[in-house]
Amino acid sequence: MVTKDLSRMLGARLTGRRPAAQDVNTTSGAPDAHSQFVPRRRRALIERGIHAVLFLCAAVSILTTAGIIFTLLGETLAFFRDVPIIDFLTGTRWTPLFVSQSFGVLPLVNGTLVVALVAVVVAVPIGLMSAIFLSEYAPARVRAAIKPILEVLAGIPTVVYGYFALLFVTPILRDIFPQTQVFNVLSAGIVMGFMILPMMASISEDALRVVPRSLREGAFALGATKFQVTVRVVVPAALSGILAAIILSVSRAIGETMIVAIAAGLQPKVGFDLLSSMETMTAYIVQVSLGDTPQDTIEYRTLFAVGTLLFLMTFVMNILSDWIVRRYREVYE
Amino acid sequence: MEAGTAGTRRPDVALDLSANDSASANGPVKPDVLVTENLKFWYGSMMALSGISLNIPQHEVMAIIGPSGCGKSTYLRCLNRMNDLISSARVEGRVIFDGKNIYARNVDAVQMRRRIGMVFQKPNPFPKSIYDNIAYGPKVNGYRGSMDDLVEHSLRQAALWDEVKDDLKKSGLELSGGQQQRLCIARALAVEPDVILMDEPCSALDPIATTRIEDLIRELRENYTIVIVTHNMQQAARVSDRTAFFMLDEDGAGSLVEVDETQRLFTTPSDQRTEDYITGRFG
Repeated sequence: MVTKDLSRMLGARLTGRRPAAQDVNTTSGAPDAHSQFVPRRRRALIERGIHAVLFLCAAVSILTTAGIIFTLLGETLAFFRDVPIIDFLTGTRWTPLFVSQSFGVLPLVNGTLVVALVAVVVAVPIGLMSAIFLSEYAPARVRAAIKPILEVLAGIPTVVYGYFALLFVTPILRDIFPQTQVFNVLSAGIVMGFMILPMMASISEDALRVVPRSLREGAFALGATKFQVTVRVVVPAALSGILAAIILSVSRAIGETMIVAIAAGLQPKVGFDLLSSMETMTAYIVQVSLGDTPQDTIEYRTLFAVGTLLFLMTFVMNILSDWIVRRYREVYE
Repeated sequence: MEAGTAGTRRPDVALDLSANDSASANGPVKPDVLVTENLKFWYGSMMALSGISLNIPQHEVMAIIGPSGCGKSTYLRCLNRMNDLISSARVEGRVIFDGKNIYARNVDAVQMRRRIGMVFQKPNPFPKSIYDNIAYGPKVNGYRGSMDDLVEHSLRQAALWDEVKDDLKKSGLELSGGQQQRLCIARALAVEPDVILMDEPCSALDPIATTRIEDLIRELRENYTIVIVTHNMQQAARVSDRTAFFMLDEDGAGSLVEVDETQRLFTTPSDQRTEDYITGRFG
């Protein structure tokens, strides 16, 4: 009862005259009341303030996403008023900047997927095996040394990778295959594979490490070798996480821009000739953005149409990986 | 008979005891399948077992009881070198199986584990179908016979066949806890081991599932040697032929206090500490 009165009294003082310094004195003089009652209003205020700040921070990213989608969709819809969506999705000639304009996006999609495929062929086996090594075989000390190196690899700016592809990998390829073009898909794809390798390895390793020790022991107790334990028990048990890592890697490869813009060239074409130049969706966006295409023209709007398609592709990939993780995750107690 | 007071002498006494018993109580002498000689074990610098000597006779159930943290499980895991998987572990002494020290340099732990199977405290079926759970062991060991027959035989032995025979494709993780544990036992049986080590196999199960596993253990004794760690003295009394009592010695390392025929250990223990433990005065 006494304390309640005290709190009301102090509360009145707080709202009334607001004697900040004195207030502190009073509370320090009565330690019990201090912790329980005095700052209640102020604390509530601070709590509400913190709540609001945190909410705003979270809202910023959501609003940004919404804004991007809004912009993309607006210009994309304008584009499809001029170009039938069917022509866009099924056409095999992409010449929006030429006099004889044609808006078939398939060459760009083809280029994107071919580069991504090369990247995945490089990144998935090496990434998975590094993950297995780190999680199952490496002694703690080796693991502690290798993990940071992988992270450094992940931190290299992609423009560096781009020039690495163009100035280091391409010449080697040209030595081996003389018909290799200066800008070619193989070089860009291989280097992109090394770029996504750390992500592939790191996510797969996380997936392998959460496989319970008891499963490994159960397999060892049946007379399995370490390799048999790893390949037939640990990897299958971690499969959902590994699949997610693969899909995220593909998604990253599809969205990657700098390497392909520098090393893969700008020739939109359908095909599978890895030694020739191809243009990806991202490279096209760079090409037009850097050019002098005037706004409010159809050429300008192709940017948004291609951007929307790119966004949808990576979006679906990410949803898919999320779904796989949820659907196929084994729940261990 | 008095157990010695010094940790080093105690195992010898226990050894004599078990030798006498198998001769006197159980008619014909059963050969020892596993012989542990002065087994010492460390986790890093911490000694967890201070020289255990224990003989495990064939086709018997040996129960290991004792208060929590007294090294029962650690000892059990030494018997098939499961502790190899812990990097800081160190072992001294010998575990003789089939005439060979399993810790000898030229012994292949993988081969040895095929003959000394293990069932763990918590059921740990693989996230695979029931069928594949059983088939895993035989497959990695290069089994060439009819897998279907082996799966059925193993599940029958583990008294699980009737409950799962129509649904062998179902994931092992979808079974109940008791069924999962019997699946793990079936999985262990499928590689036809000589010895099965069980580390508190019922601690995560309800009483009904526990009863079924206990019945199963008694049946399996006909063909297998079983070593079971349990914190449940009634369980030890129900299922085992012989019981070993472990507790921590003065230095905080697990040691063997005494081993005897189960009946005798629970009625007339020779060591005061055993009596104190089984009458519930500590632990």
